[in-house]
Amino acid sequence: MANDLAIMLADLKEKEALEIAQARLNAGGDPLSILDDARRGMEIVGKRFENSEYFIPDLVYSGEILKEITEMVKPKLTKAAEVKRLGKVIIGTVSGDIHDIGKNIVTFMLDINGFEVYDLGVDVSAQQFVDKIKETNTSIVGLSGFLTLAFDSMKETIDAIKAAGLRDKVKIMIGGGQMSEDIRKYAGADSYGSNAMAGVSLAKEWVGGQ
Amino acid sequence: MDKTQERLDLWCSGQGIQFKDAEAEETYRKRTRRLADAIQLKVPDRMPIAPLVTFFAANYVGLSPEEAMYDLDKAYAAYKQTALDFQWDTAFSHMIAFSGPWLEAFDYKQLKWPGHGVPSNRTYQFVEGEYMKADEYDAFLEDPSDFLIRTYLPRVSGALSPLQMLPPIRMVLPYYLGLMFMFGVAGAMGTASALESLIKAITEFGRFSASTAAFGQEMASLGFPSIFGGMTQAPFDTVGDSLRGTQGIMLDMYRQPDKLQKAMDLILPDAIQMGVISASISPSPTVFIPLHKGPMGFMSIEQFKTFYWPTLHKLMLALIDEGLVPMPFIEADYTDRLEIIKDIPRGKAIYWFERTDVFKAKEILGDRVCIKGNVPSSLLCTGTPDQVKAYCKKLIDVVGKGGGLIVDGDIGIADEAKPENVKAMTDFVKEYGVYK
Repeated sequence: MANDLAIMLADLKEKEALEIAQARLNAGGDPLSILDDARRGMEIVGKRFENSEYFIPDLVYSGEILKEITEMVKPKLTKAAEVKRLGKVIIGTVSGDIHDIGKNIVTFMLDINGFEVYDLGVDVSAQQFVDKIKETNTSIVGLSGFLTLAFDSMKETIDAIKAAGLRDKVKIMIGGGQMSEDIRKYAGADSYGSNAMAGVSLAKEWVGGQ
Repeated sequence: MDKTQERLDLWCSGQGIQFKDAEAEETYRKRTRRLADAIQLKVPDRMPIAPLVTFFAANYVGLSPEEAMYDLDKAYAAYKQTALDFQWDTAFSHMIAFSGPWLEAFDYKQLKWPGHGVPSNRTYQFVEGEYMKADEYDAFLEDPSDFLIRTYLPRVSGALSPLQMLPPIRMVLPYYLGLMFMFGVAGAMGTASALESLIKAITEFGRFSASTAAFGQEMASLGFPSIFGGMTQAPFDTVGDSLRGTQGIMLDMYRQPDKLQKAMDLILPDAIQMGVISASISPSPTVFIPLHKGPMGFMSIEQFKTFYWPTLHKLMLALIDEGLVPMPFIEADYTDRLEIIKDIPRGKAIYWFERTDVFKAKEILGDRVCIKGNVPSSLLCTGTPDQVKAYCKKLIDVVGKGGGLIVDGDIGIADEAKPENVKAMTDFVKEYGVYK
């Protein structure tokens, strides 16, 4: 299966994966099917991460390979790839905290698992979360934070969502460095996830329950 | 006698300290001996409590982090007040609050600090970046000092950015012409402003270090040792934090592992020297080593064994050879890699755990190394005194059994910890943590 793009990508064989993609493009292959295979490869990566065979560096590396393939294919695309999305998630690092490594991993995992993710970045104010919920009518919100100062920022964000009358319209998960079940209770979130896969599982459960 | 014993005995002797009175001297001796016993896995009179304090001290007295970073006298007073009120077995200085004017003099890019990118009531935070690009390993490996002066410093410091205009530093060499050439170019390129900033930074740092040194002396005279001696960093973290960024170094493990390895090998002797030199100017023999990028999740066990542990291990062994006590602050979770880090001489180091299963750590490392930690920040910030006491009881019962525990918060005392919780933790350890 050395010529299978999905498997080469899943096995993090960068050179081989790019060569296969290039060869298929040169032979007039369908760019959309190349992207499809790449997406299948990323699904395998996600599964391996879920099973603790892969770790964050593997995710980062596979993401880089995917980016290279996408850039290679893009000029040949005649129409945008249609992706069926499971649901929408708003995510961001809460006010006062500028850390984003964990948040980016969760965003990435949600994306390859079929979610449309609105990533609001770092140091996101409560109001920005509220505005985005209203604007996009999204039902899942992920609050990320690395530092202890994020305890209060998370609480303030959720309080603001409540004050805006949106609390029963959204499910809220928290995660990151110092977060825990205690902080979930303190902040008034629905769930705490200790890693990126927990975030994906929660999101899947929550869209399934709609 | 072994070197560690010598260094610890020297520390415990209080030599050179002008004690306020006999009581202060006795207290100092008791506290240092308590810490030394815990480090050496002997049973002390009670388990020491020796927390690291960042902006908790400022918040505790109603000082904002911004004020603490900009007013040395107020910062000094805040950290002193905190030490006096809680009476821990150590006093932590305002060195950790850093100096705003010093960072400003550099126009420093790797930190955001109160009033400079974060609000005045928040702590400073590190700014991740690729301060060395993926294709710059060769330049770094071939001539690290030149790379750092002309490429790295201009990227991390706005004030030093003119240094990028300098010709290669080695061009200073040929005859007297080299000197003329180097400084002729330097003058023409406007690097004088960089040197002026440097002078300003040095002056600011002088004020800052004079204040923190005076703090150390005064607190010692009152009977408070410092558990923090020198500091250094694991070579993988130096490359990951300062040069390549998390994403960058993760990709390097796949795309250019040999160059990453060479860079760490190059950095290792300097990391050892930094630990030795910084510890030599402190009475305490410990060397603080904050660990960032090696925990579970961040890399596989195989990657840990290949990339992270070897140079960290060598660093710690070299420090131990000097009679120093490495004190890695093991951030996040190391539960699945405890067997690997067990490979360290007995009673010569302190492993400070954050979210590692510290009870499991006691099981695996208890007869090898002193454990520091790990009252959860979430409890200290949002829990009640009773919840804090309950955690401390388990910590003392299990991890403190037979010695080898220094109590601290999981990341020190969190900035936003409730004072009543910190007090509950402190009082409980002093009362329940007595060895009978």
